[in-house]
Amino acid sequence: MINSIISQITFVAVLSFFAIGGIGALLLRKHDTFANIWSHFFAILGSLSGLFFVALMASGGDDLSFSLGAFAVPFFSLSFHIDKLSAFFIFIISLISLFCSVYAIGYVKHFYKKYDIGALGFFYNLFILGMLLVVSSSNWLFFLIAWEVMSITSYFLVVYDRNDPQNVKAGFLYLIMTHVGTAFIITAALLLYKFTGSFEFEAIQSGASSIPLSIKNTIFIFTIIGFGTKCGIVPFHIWLPDAHPAAPSHVSALMSGVMIKTGIYMMIRIFFGMLWPVPVWWGLALLVLGSISSLLGVLYALTEHDIKRLLAYHSIENIGIILLGLGGALTFLSLNMLPLALLSLTAALFHTLNHATFKSLLFLGAGSVINQTHTRNIEEYGGLIKYMPYTAFFFLVGSMAISALPPFNGFFSEWLTFQSLFLGIASLSLYEKWIFILAAGSLAFTGGLALACFVKAFGVTFLARPRSSHTSGAKESSLSLRIGMGAMALLCLLFGIGSSHVVVFLESVGKNLAIFKGTASLISSSGQQVVVGNNFGSVSLLFLCICFVFVAGLVFYIVTFVINKNQKIETGATWDCGTDLTGRMEITATGFSRSIVTIFKGILRPSIQHDIEYHDAQSRYLPKSRTITLGVQDVYQSYFYQPLNRMVSLIALRVKSIQSGNTNMYILYIFIALIISLLFVL
Amino acid sequence: MFIDIIIWIIQIILVPAVAPLCVGIIRKIKAKLQNRQGAGIFQPYQDLWKLFHKDEVISKDASWIFRCAPYIVFTVTIIIGASIPLFASFINNTVTGDLLIIIYTLAIGTFFLALAGIDTGSAFGGFGSSREMTVAALAEGGFIFSLLTVALISGSTNVFTISQTGLLYQSQYLLSGTLAFFGFFIVLLAETARFPFDNPATHLELTMIHEAMILEYSGKKLALMEWASANKLLIFIALASNLFFPLGIAQSAGISAVMLGMVIFMIKIVIFCLVIAVLESSIAKFRFFRLPDLLIIAFIFNVVAIILIH
Repeated sequence: MINSIISQITFVAVLSFFAIGGIGALLLRKHDTFANIWSHFFAILGSLSGLFFVALMASGGDDLSFSLGAFAVPFFSLSFHIDKLSAFFIFIISLISLFCSVYAIGYVKHFYKKYDIGALGFFYNLFILGMLLVVSSSNWLFFLIAWEVMSITSYFLVVYDRNDPQNVKAGFLYLIMTHVGTAFIITAALLLYKFTGSFEFEAIQSGASSIPLSIKNTIFIFTIIGFGTKCGIVPFHIWLPDAHPAAPSHVSALMSGVMIKTGIYMMIRIFFGMLWPVPVWWGLALLVLGSISSLLGVLYALTEHDIKRLLAYHSIENIGIILLGLGGALTFLSLNMLPLALLSLTAALFHTLNHATFKSLLFLGAGSVINQTHTRNIEEYGGLIKYMPYTAFFFLVGSMAISALPPFNGFFSEWLTFQSLFLGIASLSLYEKWIFILAAGSLAFTGGLALACFVKAFGVTFLARPRSSHTSGAKESSLSLRIGMGAMALLCLLFGIGSSHVVVFLESVGKNLAIFKGTASLISSSGQQVVVGNNFGSVSLLFLCICFVFVAGLVFYIVTFVINKNQKIETGATWDCGTDLTGRMEITATGFSRSIVTIFKGILRPSIQHDIEYHDAQSRYLPKSRTITLGVQDVYQSYFYQPLNRMVSLIALRVKSIQSGNTNMYILYIFIALIISLLFVL
Repeated sequence: MFIDIIIWIIQIILVPAVAPLCVGIIRKIKAKLQNRQGAGIFQPYQDLWKLFHKDEVISKDASWIFRCAPYIVFTVTIIIGASIPLFASFINNTVTGDLLIIIYTLAIGTFFLALAGIDTGSAFGGFGSSREMTVAALAEGGFIFSLLTVALISGSTNVFTISQTGLLYQSQYLLSGTLAFFGFFIVLLAETARFPFDNPATHLELTMIHEAMILEYSGKKLALMEWASANKLLIFIALASNLFFPLGIAQSAGISAVMLGMVIFMIKIVIFCLVIAVLESSIAKFRFFRLPDLLIIAFIFNVVAIILIH
């Protein structure tokens, strides 16, 4: 009892820290420095107490349920229900916000005198507050308000750098897409209300058996569209590659690392709680969506040369990988294979945590680079490792983690996802098996392509010689940026080599869900080693890491100090075939990925446009300038959104004819509508 | 227990010790097939010795990635060489013996090799890296799935367990196993930069892949890179021979079984070298954009193989 009261107070304190930070920043907006320090100090304080709160929850063990105040408004209550799943997401939000806020103290300095720092601090704190409310509320109406707070504050953060018309456009697209999504979510919530008679999550969960299957299927589709838009599942992803790059980098890190995961959180809540039991095809549909998202996400990332857009496409890819775990879990669940379902869900949760860490790290690294070079185009970078060694090192760690290279954390969650899919292939039959093979195949190719993409991103950005004058002025970022990135990089390593401990914790999060009560565990962690299934697979990343460091050290020692220790090392020029090498002779990002784009031209539809301008327009002998425009066609734009857009405009045109502008006519319409609805009712 | 430790030590040493011999044997057979005398099969050892005693020139554009990459690439091959069954399958490796660990740890080597190729700012290196990553990305599907096929047959993703269970002893899986082997063999050629993917004998050719990336290396670092690529070849040969044809591998602890396992392992290596050399002498290098077809075929072979498992 005492414990729960302490937890409640802590949680309210967490929320109020963010609120104070936000409002205070707005009051201090006249002073850039004060507003910066105030808002981020309280954000850090809030994040720390959020972590403390999660620690309390983890030690206490019970779920926390409480309401704030009583309202006369029907259906609405400020009720919270925090179980281990919520606590896990609060942990992710607090952890990432903590380091993003540390990073932000130094990062927002370049906005001084240009934009209002107070507004940035206000929306930033409110954005985190909104996310915390989303994952802890247990009433649909309260949830929707929190969801809107999160969406709208993030919209204002996207358009913060408002002098760039591109950003305003991206923000508008984001606003529209997120509200289309919200419309579907509201419809799903209303359908749930109609059949269960309540907006409270728990009441819905207990009354869910009365929902007919067809309605359940409708709710499933609406949920996928609604929350899928927030997650960036293909084909609802189009806002993501535009909006994430537009925001300031620490906000991009939060949006990409954390915000899109709130969609995953609600999917787990609804599919694994409210709507249980579920038909088989739901899980399979999620697997197919996950396969498509992961493959297309990484393919589009390969074509990008805007560093933040590239990272945004990788978010789509990683959401796809999380969906593979989630879809596998749902399929196993509907086939009543609970231990396997728990394994898949653990894989999905682990990848959620991992993606949050390494993607935030990469966005922070990108922000650090952009801050120095003032461009997002990686074709203009090059050789930055010499100017920004720390940023380069942290970005390298992030690249290795996202490419699933051991011993970093990305490997472990992909390994777990692979293992659950393999066990699915081994134990399922017929078309379920086919879908699992498809999912495992797409995960395999995704891994390979992501590796290629990050060789490109890291190599072109940090290695070789500078390609333009943008890089020449680059200096290493300030201390607060380095601390933010360094802590994230350390987490990537720790979650990897400590995976045997983390995985046990995450499994307990899954076991806490009502349907997994008493499920046998397929993961056993003995010492540093994780075993999956009945000795189906096992791994120890800590052991691998120690081996690696030891052997590498030994090799280095022998080669340097034992064999030919008097070797002379000279520095010379790169072999240049007799002509001086310039930055333009290095491989570019476009050139690097060109062969992969050509191979996948059936999907990516690359386009080349040549334009030659002549000095002598008639005879065309002396070209003045040649331009080649390369691009990829956005298949969704041309085959899904543009037809949709045309249809909406067409309907609007038809409807226009009844709009005369005459008030009397409109009153007549209302009258007719009234009579028709009366006829219906009677 | 005692024999386990001895076997681990032998495992760590065996791959780097034998790998250059593999390269020597392949070169010798190719020379014979081309009606040349060719260098002796121990020539690669002498090459490495020579390179280790040379001075080095490093590009002024290179960063620490270029300097560290040879150690990382070489270390990866040592660790993987010790983590897979070579001549004995009874020992237990549950920490690094998972097939995905092997695939993704090898990917660390590829990652740093490709970065080192870009690092010096030479156009050759950059294009080598681009091609290497293209081939590696597309080979990944076939690589994972061919090992998955044998893993599903054996009921474990641990390579020692796969080798111990023995694919050959279960006749109902013969077709799956054969398909998976062909898939794996294509991946072997791609990953070890052999024909028809790459020409290991070339040093200055616009289409080269592996040699383009290590073009700027000299002295000790070049020696490590060359040695690592020989190790990688041996690792793939060992995987092919011990996962798909585990015949003769030492299945129980015993001096005679282990000795026999070693002899049979050497024979398998020679057979695989012979096959690779004959293949390299009889087919031409493919055009780069025909390689994806081959790699997708490797993947599809394995999908069919998995479907055939009941």
